[in-house]
Amino acid sequence: MTQTTVDFPKNFKKALGDGQLRRNLRAAMDTLGLRRRTLFSDPEAFEQLRAHGDAIRRRALNKLPELLEQLERKCTENGIQVHWAETPAEANQICLDIIQRHGATRVIKGKSMVSEEMHLNHFLAERGIEALETDLGEYIIQLDHETPSHIIVPAIHKNRDQIARLFHEKIPNTPYTEVVEELNAIARQVLREKFFAGEVGVSGVNFAVAETGTLCLVENEGNGRMCTTAPPVHIAVMGLEKVVERLEDVPPLLRLLTGSATGQLITTYFNMITSPRKPGEKDGPREVHLVLLDNGRSKIWADPELRQTLKCIRCGTCLNHCPVYTRLGGHAYGYVYPGPIGSILTPQLEGLDHAGTMATASTFCGACEEVCPVKIPITDILRRLRVESYNKVDTPNAVKGHGYKVNAAESLTWKGWALSNATPWVNALNAKLLSLLGPQLPKLPEPNIVKKWTQSRALPPFAAKSLHALVKEKGIADE
Amino acid sequence: MPTRPEKVYYFGTCLIDLCFPQAGMAGIELLQREGIQVVYPQSQSCCGQPAYNSGFLEEAKKVARQQLKAFPKDYPIIIPSGSCGGMLKHHYPKLFANEPEAAEAQRFAGRVFELTEFLVKVLEVRLEDRGQPIKVTWHSSCSALREMRVIEHSKSLVRQLKNVELIELQRERECCGFGGSFSVKQADLSSAMVADKVADIEQTGASLLLSGDCGCLMNIGGALKHRNSPIPAKHVAEFLLERTQ
Repeated sequence: MTQTTVDFPKNFKKALGDGQLRRNLRAAMDTLGLRRRTLFSDPEAFEQLRAHGDAIRRRALNKLPELLEQLERKCTENGIQVHWAETPAEANQICLDIIQRHGATRVIKGKSMVSEEMHLNHFLAERGIEALETDLGEYIIQLDHETPSHIIVPAIHKNRDQIARLFHEKIPNTPYTEVVEELNAIARQVLREKFFAGEVGVSGVNFAVAETGTLCLVENEGNGRMCTTAPPVHIAVMGLEKVVERLEDVPPLLRLLTGSATGQLITTYFNMITSPRKPGEKDGPREVHLVLLDNGRSKIWADPELRQTLKCIRCGTCLNHCPVYTRLGGHAYGYVYPGPIGSILTPQLEGLDHAGTMATASTFCGACEEVCPVKIPITDILRRLRVESYNKVDTPNAVKGHGYKVNAAESLTWKGWALSNATPWVNALNAKLLSLLGPQLPKLPEPNIVKKWTQSRALPPFAAKSLHALVKEKGIADE
Repeated sequence: MPTRPEKVYYFGTCLIDLCFPQAGMAGIELLQREGIQVVYPQSQSCCGQPAYNSGFLEEAKKVARQQLKAFPKDYPIIIPSGSCGGMLKHHYPKLFANEPEAAEAQRFAGRVFELTEFLVKVLEVRLEDRGQPIKVTWHSSCSALREMRVIEHSKSLVRQLKNVELIELQRERECCGFGGSFSVKQADLSSAMVADKVADIEQTGASLLLSGDCGCLMNIGGALKHRNSPIPAKHVAEFLLERTQ
């Protein structure tokens, strides 16, 4: 895993100053939000459905160790080879071994965020293996040497004109066109050839059913089905939290996933993979592998509050509704998972000392929680991460990199604040001082906090008389 | 909802106490006008939210305990803020979940009402507008909208005023970018958010911005002032009182 520390302030400033990016994101998020609202138009029905989704995910997580064992057993019975990886490095090595065993040099990939978490493409490229993205959005960003800026719509930061220019510049013999159908046709033609060239197919997993050993894959383009059926070998990579207990758990989660993500009642393709090609069957891969990645999930799972992070079904709707993501896009976050879910997941995976800033990039407005299809208490978890940022004590459930922000100045400030607000006479004295000092504030040398406030706002006036004082004057009862 | 009480407690909030006392007084007068005796404990201070949201739980608890102590009787506690109301009603029970005060915090939470919610649902106030025709717009604070869920009550009071035209924002449900310490810790993001909010306000053609939360008003009002906008920002309690006196 790359452990570079992201320069958040610089990234944020750059994204906020990019007018084109801001317009693209706003338009795209408005569209996705509207589609979701149109589908989930009945708030009561949505509440019922998401209560069901929440219950399914809770049940699965409460039994996670047993369900994973059951999944392994059932998959093995079905002929799917199961591999366990504690780290992205192990997962990459497992994939590499399989690919090399088959002498393959070209891998075709369906969309998978876990493969992004592993930095699989980069790992394979360094070993002479080309990984070709076949999801349209992923293909677009691969052409431009970018990473996904959204977990569902990876090229959402680009508009049609930018894609038109990219295709014209990067795909040989491609005339410039802004017509969506023509752009689709160009991509389709390129991708078709890739499917034939692929020697191993790699995909993600949306849900894995423990009861039946079934891997479910949700997609709209058919590329996922191509990647998992055309090449002789299929490798599915999955975060180990994606398991569900029963087959009947899938329909409600699928409805929540597609409705939340893109406002679709159902996607164009829904694949349920339960085995490799059986004797006598004419198609399908001869080998199917499932790589289960931990990468810190077991540690997250061990804490009852943080565990709720793992309920996520990666619909991305929290990104679409986030006022911060809408203004930054995914790249500014610097890590694989952006937006509200990224801001609770990434610091836990990478450590607060690396990604703790993400937990401060929220106003706690709660727009994400309002739409989350599995009721993840995102603001509570963000708050927990802020607490952990100042937590020096090394308890078993403390988040990786905890205590990174501990500093005397801040501790002292809050101690003083608490003393004042818990001691009425000190509080009264402070109010008096502020009312006297208030008018002088703009004349004082500006502390950093004042400067930051006044970059876009006038300072609030401190009142000559506090409410405490006014109330006393008016003879309002004090009991 | 309680039946009409004789007495209520008033929690003024620290921001109103220091910067917007006239908004706090207006809330008290609206209650008194309905024949309610208002009690304002002088030992109250801040709800504790600044520390709670910044990662300093022990300090938040220390201050929150002081509020539990300051409002001991079983009168309803009325707050002219969705944000501080949300802290008292929804976060105190979590903050004290594993503390000796757990049950007390639960009972305390059950007594908390946001001002406009109380005016509408318990006191069923009827307002008579005495002001000149005016166009106003409304900003919903995130906590009033999503935690306290009182926005319809606030707006219904404004709509009772016959000479007031309420023009809604295009993105009423979007945060103004205040977020307490967020406004200075993520100053660039916060500035970008409030700039969009200001643009939305200006496109309504309203001559006044109303809200039920002084945090948002300090942020948006400060941004309006910063760009010399003629649109003032006012707490809804103050506006309701002015229009009906």
